[in-house]
Amino acid sequence: MQKIGVFVCWCGSNIAATVDVKAVANALRSEPGVVFSTEYQYMCSENGQNLIKDTIRDYKLDGIVICSCSPRMHEATFRKTALAAGLNPYMVEIANIREQVSWIHKDMTEATDKAIVLGRAAIAKVKKNAPLTAGTSPVTKRALVIGGGIAGIQTALDVADAGYEVDIVEKSPTIGGRMAQLDKTFPTLDCAACILTPKMVEANQHENINLLTYSEVESVSGFVGSFKAKIRKKARFVDEVKCTGCGVCTEKCPSRKGLNEFNMGLNTRGAVYIPFAQAVPNKAVIDASNCIHFRTGKCGICEKNCSAGAIKFDQQDEIIERDYGAIVVATGFKPIDASAFDEYAYNQSKDVVTSLEFERLMNAAGPTKGTLLRPSDGEHPHEIVFIQCVGSRCSRDASKGKEYCSKICCMYTAKHAMLVREKYPDTKVHVFYIDVRTPGKNFDEFYRRAVEQYGVDYIKGMVGKVTVEGKKLRVQGSDLISNEQVHIDADMVVLATAIEPDPTARSIGTMLTASMDTNDFFTEAHPKLRPVESPTAGIFLSGVCQGPKDIPETVSQAGAAASKVIGLLSKNELVGNPCVAHANELLCNGCSQCERVCPYGAITYVEKEVRGPEFRGTKRVAVVNEAVCQGCGACTVTCPSTAMDLKGFSNNQIMAEVDAICR
Amino acid sequence: MSVNTEWKPKIVAFCCNWCSYAGADLAGSSRLSYPADVKIIRIPCSCRLNPLFILRAFQRGADGVILCGCHPGDCHYSTGNYYARRRMTLLFSMLSYLGIDSRRTRVEWVSAAEGPKFAATMNDFAKTITELGENVKLGDLRCKEN
Ligand SMILES: Cc1cc2nc3c(=O)[nH]c(=O)nc-3n(C[C@H](O)[C@H](O)[C@H](O)COP(=O)(O)OP(=O)(O)OC[C@H]3O[C@@H](n4cnc5c(N)ncnc54)[C@H](O)[C@@H]3O)c2cc1C
Ligand code: SF4
Ligand code: SF4
Ligand code: FES
Repeated sequence: MQKIGVFVCWCGSNIAATVDVKAVANALRSEPGVVFSTEYQYMCSENGQNLIKDTIRDYKLDGIVICSCSPRMHEATFRKTALAAGLNPYMVEIANIREQVSWIHKDMTEATDKAIVLGRAAIAKVKKNAPLTAGTSPVTKRALVIGGGIAGIQTALDVADAGYEVDIVEKSPTIGGRMAQLDKTFPTLDCAACILTPKMVEANQHENINLLTYSEVESVSGFVGSFKAKIRKKARFVDEVKCTGCGVCTEKCPSRKGLNEFNMGLNTRGAVYIPFAQAVPNKAVIDASNCIHFRTGKCGICEKNCSAGAIKFDQQDEIIERDYGAIVVATGFKPIDASAFDEYAYNQSKDVVTSLEFERLMNAAGPTKGTLLRPSDGEHPHEIVFIQCVGSRCSRDASKGKEYCSKICCMYTAKHAMLVREKYPDTKVHVFYIDVRTPGKNFDEFYRRAVEQYGVDYIKGMVGKVTVEGKKLRVQGSDLISNEQVHIDADMVVLATAIEPDPTARSIGTMLTASMDTNDFFTEAHPKLRPVESPTAGIFLSGVCQGPKDIPETVSQAGAAASKVIGLLSKNELVGNPCVAHANELLCNGCSQCERVCPYGAITYVEKEVRGPEFRGTKRVAVVNEAVCQGCGACTVTCPSTAMDLKGFSNNQIMAEVDAICR
Repeated sequence: MSVNTEWKPKIVAFCCNWCSYAGADLAGSSRLSYPADVKIIRIPCSCRLNPLFILRAFQRGADGVILCGCHPGDCHYSTGNYYARRRMTLLFSMLSYLGIDSRRTRVEWVSAAEGPKFAATMNDFAKTITELGENVKLGDLRCKEN
């Protein structure tokens, strides 16, 4: 028979004024298994705790019940008390007779009776408790950042500055992401490259940062503190160590068919290219699909012209395997495909461009060297129409577009309109909008400047159609304020297209068992309180991969993610929560139901030799990774064979409480 | 139905640790009363509530069982209360088939900040159960050992 001790606290008069604590202690003393029961003024005080410790030792108690305030208040305290007296801290149960009894009831008899019932339930539970020990697992002091945009760069820099190693895996040949493609940035209009490139260089030179560009994560295994990742470093066909970035090869390459990704395909580049002048690393890369050598075995002009001898046509992909303690997802976004919006004549006219294309057309390093010219005929546009919300805030049943607001388009459209009016005061600028949303520091002031100072014509309403009329683009829309139809014969139309997560996000999410919403944005562990953590322990979120954001927001979120990573990496080992799920392998039928409901991907399956009274042999059984399980219990209820149970809140414990309460 | 003047309803309230249990604590520290017939069992998340626990309570003579969890979208474990909601919907339809009045079971979302809502919910539920009177004890049909 287990020996249980009961300690009823007066909490001064907080409990004792309404609950007859002596009567409670007496009543509980007669419960089977209870060998000691007493009351005391303040159980949490030093004297109270000593009383508990002495009793545990003197009576060799197997479990204790404290009838006191809420466990949310002092459960940790009394667990420590038990531990100090050599009792397993999970052999402690608390009956909440303050918040749930003395503070809400006035009648002493009623309150005392309820306190006794709650005490009985706690005794019934503690008798079913088992000693639990929290497992520990080691922490690899290195972080993996997937995606090298401003989000990934900022997180990596912050983590690296704290003294931890960081690998950035970037799928394209350079880090920098979308921000590198921007011309000027709202709300300050400073040039994107001027503020971004120093950070790119810093990341490259940081002793704790290792850049793996033109690389992709192929698989990830393990769990918080000890992940293992397999990374494919794609062949550049250029020796990164030898290449000096002089660019001679890129000029000599006779193949000019490759679309220049950096310029959103508005011009072409050689098969060997450096994405842009400030690319980091500043190394050439050969795009084999456009390279004459890879097609015909001939050419090799780049090889002949490279004085560093860096061209390596026989270079192979390299597989790198490394261990990480934490993983940060920073995979960013892409604008949606505008070709689905045929009503705006995107497919019919080169002069209908997306906002990101427009950034390139305005940029000094872009295809027109920063002079705004129509892509069709190189003429200067005199009238431009911007259309906001293209593919954003669409109704759920619309055949295309996104339901959400892309958040940045109102601001960058105001920026574009302002920049055009500043550079070309003779150009008329109209903006069609549904709403102008400017909730950010200095944002509304920025928008009002566009209207008041730069004379941008904002029209509240939607554009129904854009048609090509000779050299002009006829924009037909409605002005909801004057309630009139509007026709504008424009020279250029700019579509503020919605943004969506990078197309690889879904596969990264699956690989990391990090949950995502229906739009493929990564979900956070808690929308308000844990915004930079994924529900999967050890996975953190940085930047637009979690939801639309501008640069200031991206950078603050990146820093927040870094601080969470640093907090994790600063630990030598992780102490788990021992109240985790556990599958009884004799009962488990390997059905996989539990795996499907686990929000953390804590459950895997193994083929195992099992010996029991009803079964002997090898079978597939569920195994819970205790370092990953958060102890929600979803799996325990789903399990059809009652194989899955939760330590600390087991089926038997809860049913014992039910029985005691209904007695 | 026999009128038993001594009769007091037995009400079991399962509360998730993160929201509703904290809501009950707030009701307590705000001194908001509700009937002593309500006894709370703490579970980590509403999704830990096995429908069998509710059946067990009715087999042991409970007159009402209520589950409280975080508001949809606010579950500490993200999705737990969605599972709970679906499971309870199914269970409740089965309970009425078994002859347990559907008003004897309830699911409510109570956040940690909703002390008043917690008390109000319990008052309302206890009133309903008191009006419904004593429950028929659900028989346990399991084959008894020996
Ligand atoms: C037209 C336009 C104008 C804008 N103007 C402004 C402005 O003026 N001011 C402002 O504050 N914000 C502006 N923004 C928003 C700004 O671009 C974003 O806030 C910022 O780029 C987000 O950074 P990020 O790192 O999260 O994502 P990204 O910049 O998209 O970077 C993600 C990186 O991850 C890489 N990646 C993706 N998937 C993988 C994978 N599976 N493996 C490895 N690498 C991967 C990508 O190649 C990319 O390099 C503008 C956006 C647009 C579209
Ligand atoms: S208790 Fe929750 S977190 Fe743990 S294995 Fe089960 S479903 Fe996953
Ligand atoms: S749900 Fe139960 S039986 Fe099925 S795999 Fe999980 S533990 Fe095993
Ligand atoms: S933690 Fe409250 S419902 Fe899941």
